Amino acid sequence: MRSFVFPEFEIIRDEERCGSCRGCERQCAFGTHTYDPVADRLVSDDHKCAGCQRCVIFCPQKAIVVRPSPSFYRPNASWTREKIEDLKRQAETGGVLLTGCGSDKPFRIYWDHILLNASQVTNPSIDPLREPMELRTFLGRKPEMLEISREGEEVEIKTELYPNLTVETPILFSAMSFGAISYNAFKSLATAACRSGTYFNTGEGGLPREMRGEFGRCAIVQVASGRFGIDAEYLNVAQAVEIKVGQGAKPGIGGHLPGEKVSAAVAETRMIPQGTDAISPAPHHDIYSIEDLSTLIYALKEATNYEKPISVKIAAVHNFAAIASGIVRAGADIIAIDGLRGGTGAAPKAIRDNVGIPTELAISSLDRRLREEGIRNQCSIIAAGGFRSSSDVIKAIALGADAVYIGSAALIAMGCTLCQKCYTGNCNWGICTQNPRLSGRLNVEIASQRLSNLISAWSHEIREMLGGMGINALESLRGNRDHLRGVGLYEWELDVLGIKGAGE
Amino acid sequence: MFTGSTDQARRAAKKELEAHLSRKFNDYFDEEIPTDDSVFVRDPPLLWRYFVLPRKEGEDEAMADSDYIVSQIMAVNTKIENAYVFSSGKNMGCFKGVGYPEEIGEYFMLDRLYRAHTWTVHGRFPTNTQAWWGGAHPFGLLDTTVVHNGEVSSYGTNRWYLEMYGYACTLQTDTEVIAYAADLLMRRQRLPIEIVAKILAPPIWAAIDRMDEKEKRLMTALRMTYGPLLMNGPFAVIIGETGRMVGLTDRIRLRPLTAATRGEIFYISSEEASIRLISPHLDRVWTPRGGEPVIAEMKGYEKGYEKGHEKGYERIC
Ligand code: SF4
Ligand code: SF4
Repeated sequence: MRSFVFPEFEIIRDEERCGSCRGCERQCAFGTHTYDPVADRLVSDDHKCAGCQRCVIFCPQKAIVVRPSPSFYRPNASWTREKIEDLKRQAETGGVLLTGCGSDKPFRIYWDHILLNASQVTNPSIDPLREPMELRTFLGRKPEMLEISREGEEVEIKTELYPNLTVETPILFSAMSFGAISYNAFKSLATAACRSGTYFNTGEGGLPREMRGEFGRCAIVQVASGRFGIDAEYLNVAQAVEIKVGQGAKPGIGGHLPGEKVSAAVAETRMIPQGTDAISPAPHHDIYSIEDLSTLIYALKEATNYEKPISVKIAAVHNFAAIASGIVRAGADIIAIDGLRGGTGAAPKAIRDNVGIPTELAISSLDRRLREEGIRNQCSIIAAGGFRSSSDVIKAIALGADAVYIGSAALIAMGCTLCQKCYTGNCNWGICTQNPRLSGRLNVEIASQRLSNLISAWSHEIREMLGGMGINALESLRGNRDHLRGVGLYEWELDVLGIKGAGE
Repeated sequence: MFTGSTDQARRAAKKELEAHLSRKFNDYFDEEIPTDDSVFVRDPPLLWRYFVLPRKEGEDEAMADSDYIVSQIMAVNTKIENAYVFSSGKNMGCFKGVGYPEEIGEYFMLDRLYRAHTWTVHGRFPTNTQAWWGGAHPFGLLDTTVVHNGEVSSYGTNRWYLEMYGYACTLQTDTEVIAYAADLLMRRQRLPIEIVAKILAPPIWAAIDRMDEKEKRLMTALRMTYGPLLMNGPFAVIIGETGRMVGLTDRIRLRPLTAATRGEIFYISSEEASIRLISPHLDRVWTPRGGEPVIAEMKGYEKGYEKGHEKGYERIC
């Protein structure tokens, strides 16, 4: 059937510059560029282009420009080009539209409407280059109080402490499974996490055996509805176990890793036959109530000898705060909430763009709810979904998060351009693919260095902003909404965020 | 204290408070706090003192008297408009007002009417809130008082933590959180003051990481558990208790603190000059380190001060 959809991108090749080296032909796994031996020149099929910009960056002659195609339908506020073309695609295929990455729709990005405070006169700002500026954070349950016995000089803690994760900076790598991302991308995250004093999250695809010894100390391992790759060693080499209930990009639905992506290594790690689809059901088939969840939490605590915090990850949906409070009471030590803009390797577009609530509002309402119930120190909150910069992170902390998970930001650090074609398995940047020719493009040494650099850059900026506020330990900013003000927000939004308007 | 712009409003608040007291306490004696009205102070509120005994009923019966009183103070401060309790000790009195310190002292006739073994005085330039009588220092809760020089930049975090333990921050100033933190940690959780100091002004991680295993474990547990009570920003505080006085500065020492002794008397102040003003000759003067508490206890403190009370101090560290 002839497609009635415009190409999304337009490829412009400067023939003067092009030396016909055929580099772009090799770079593009979508087969956009081909060499015409008769004319000795390269030709491009705009229709195939995903707009990932790989060829543009790697063209030695800088001869290629890829830009959005200027073709248009008659302008119509209701029937935008995207709506028309999505509809045409469905008319052509009869299927659900798939996409990758987090929602790109213009829902209000609250980070851009929140401003930070700084010290003037009465409370001196602190120079982070001269004074200690502490970001160390503990994730897990905290005791109500410490009972301390003292005999002369001997001071002894009598209260039993709960296991906590120690992070040197409040930024962790979000769950991205081996399978969804390439081995090299996975290993880069692990390497960078260990190097930067933080953690990576295995996602639901297991932890390859040969990585367990070296990277277990900075791993959070997931237990998801597909139960892939779980054995006693997997749970015990990690520092924390996360039960994945939901994901911000696709709340309420499960996952599907197509058989083509289930290579021998992926199959071995997930403990499933090679080439079979790896399907994660929408619900956990053994969790149909909060009591069931509690059973799983305690089963995992038993399996790990009560030595690891157990996290539960849920998508931020309408009444999630009440659910989260139940989850804390059910025994979770960490609640990870994933908001509307959380990313994914593959999700139905209709769900990604229409289900859930923004992370910013979710953090604030969860923190408030747990405080009101007096159980805020029984768990830590890790927020996920759409963190783009250090200022987003510090605002999240001030709204009440203990730490954040970054996913898309980490992928971008490795080269991802958010082309949203992860579900095709043809990621030209070697990230979301199991094709060895493509994944080989990602050098673990370099990619992990880029990730560590990102963590260190953001941490520096956080210290800088903290010092400006006259605070020298991150724990003093946590939930400290006094240091935030909103601009351009409605009253109800300020109320949910628990912040005042600028100038108030 | 009853505030309000008209006398009528103050009387109304008083009536409402008394109705509340009569439900929750047995009132033994009450009177207007004596003042010298020849001293000019602007807009004094109506100040009244009540000597009461708790009357715990129903669920409240299981509560300790002190917890009961604290919960009632929180209730009055949050629920009764224009009524605030700013002094609630058994053997401790707070006097506060807006004006110069000497005026306030004369207004309450401190030199003529009261005797005490421990005095804390604070004159304060309202840093960033409008001056009002309830906002003046010291802050008192039961027998503990706090004066504070500085600004708590962690206020929002400290407040939410304390709110979880039933403390309502109503007096519009950051010193309140220090008073409540001291109450929570020292009275309710019975932590020794040396530990409390390490919670309010903990050592930095770089120092903790160098400590021996045992101390490291303790400090880590303290910071992990009580991180939200770290007082960030510049501060010097003096905590007064029955038979004991404690001085503490923030961990990077953004505010000064000086301690001194002369004979049986112990002094602690932000500036040496103010100590010298009272006692030009001193036996010993020193500057405590940031985050290290200076503790002065009355003789006999360990035994329970009320039984044998002698003059002078002991165990200064
Ligand atoms: S998909 Fe990427 S590599 Fe292929 S043509 Fe488009 S921009 Fe170039
Ligand atoms: S991971 Fe690859 S396929 Fe996915 S958005 Fe990034 S560049 Fe595109």
